[in-house]
Amino acid sequence: MTEPGDPLVSLRGVNKSFGTLHVLKDIDLNVARGEVVVVIGPSGGGKSTLCRLVNRLETIDSGTITFDGQELPAEGKALARFRSDVGMVFQSFNLFSHKTILENVTLGPMKVRKVPRETAEKRGMELLERVGIASQAAKYPAQLSGGQQQRTAIARALAMDPKMILFDEPTSALDPEMVQEVLDVMTGLARDGMTMMVVTHEMGFARRAANRVVFMAGGEIVEEAAPDEFFDSPRTDRARDFLSKILTH
Amino acid sequence: MDDLIKYAPALLAGFLENVKLSLICGALALVLGTILVSARVAPTPVLRAAGTLYVNIVRNTPLTLVLAFSSLGLSDTIGLIFSDTPSTNSFWLVVLGLSAYTGAFVCETLRAGINTVPLGQAEAARAIGLTFLQSLRLIILPQAFRTVIAPLGSVMIAMIKNSTVAIAGGYLMESAFVMKDTFDDTGVSIPIFIGLVIAFMVVTMPVGFLTNRLASRLAVVR
Repeated sequence: MTEPGDPLVSLRGVNKSFGTLHVLKDIDLNVARGEVVVVIGPSGGGKSTLCRLVNRLETIDSGTITFDGQELPAEGKALARFRSDVGMVFQSFNLFSHKTILENVTLGPMKVRKVPRETAEKRGMELLERVGIASQAAKYPAQLSGGQQQRTAIARALAMDPKMILFDEPTSALDPEMVQEVLDVMTGLARDGMTMMVVTHEMGFARRAANRVVFMAGGEIVEEAAPDEFFDSPRTDRARDFLSKILTH
Repeated sequence: MDDLIKYAPALLAGFLENVKLSLICGALALVLGTILVSARVAPTPVLRAAGTLYVNIVRNTPLTLVLAFSSLGLSDTIGLIFSDTPSTNSFWLVVLGLSAYTGAFVCETLRAGINTVPLGQAEAARAIGLTFLQSLRLIILPQAFRTVIAPLGSVMIAMIKNSTVAIAGGYLMESAFVMKDTFDDTGVSIPIFIGLVIAFMVVTMPVGFLTNRLASRLAVVR
């Protein structure tokens, strides 16, 4: 695993509310280049929102977020350009339903990066090969299993050559037997040095692939530590309580 | 029956005017409806408000008044002239009014279609760096269109039949007016009446049939 470098993403004093619900409270967090940060914690703790803030699918109420030293653009072309550098993998895959698997992967490069079709398709097939679904390239998303769809979504993110990929509970909507195939692809990415922020309940993945675990509850970062340290000797009661509930069965 | 045969050429010529109006207005209304719905879902509040205002005014005004406004208001008063030939001029004024009117219905039908596209599709589009217009054009509208092909067919059928009130816009060559004109000579003739109804059904029924077929063929599987 490559050694994490200087911060790529930096959140300072970030607050976010949905109506009267204060979902993120004074969040400070850095993600270094090449680092894999796994965010865990109980439901409703603000994990997904945190993830979605980083590519501005949610706006913040106060604080600052910088990416690669620049504050996130507010809107328009600059925001679109910024987002093209940050991959996102959703819980519900969100593949474009009316496009084939290959088209899903080539759309971004062709329309955003203006890559010629041939080049985009060649690269797209390589990526599909890499995530193990090249043989499904001509099918439509609804014809694939959840695991295959999620691997397509990862290939779609990779096709943009992103500086970072955000994973918002990528395995939560999958049948149990398909979780591993997606985690394997993600572990491979982590090993190759991709900067990743992963919201997940997969503790095995966190232990194996993360550089750092961030534990969130009640809209706050309660604890952050290296995975072994966090899982073996959590410092806070809140984290101990959470781990005891999920690791005992 | 003799009346129908005798006046068939005139009626047919009139009916072809309905077809011509329908083809042109159908195309224009689809374009206008797409533009309107883009405004209605745009991130800019001003555009959204403009789209909403247009739809609410035009959709809730009787077509005869829209056409009368087109002819008496826009042409006679404000001076919008398409041609020096009165019949050509009124033809295009009716095109303008009927397209503007039908466009509002196309917009609302498309908007219903957009509402069936899961939010995640737009989020995924934004996440790979597509701009608003790109994600609308490449991701949202193609799925919305496919979902509402059948109801769009209904809008088109209504529009084809609406072309018979072109007289409200001063256009006197389409079939319904020709029919009334004929009745002045012959008295009310049931065969002519039925003949014209059949002519319309020959055009409108395939529209319904085809759009239903297309709807099931192109349905987006989720």
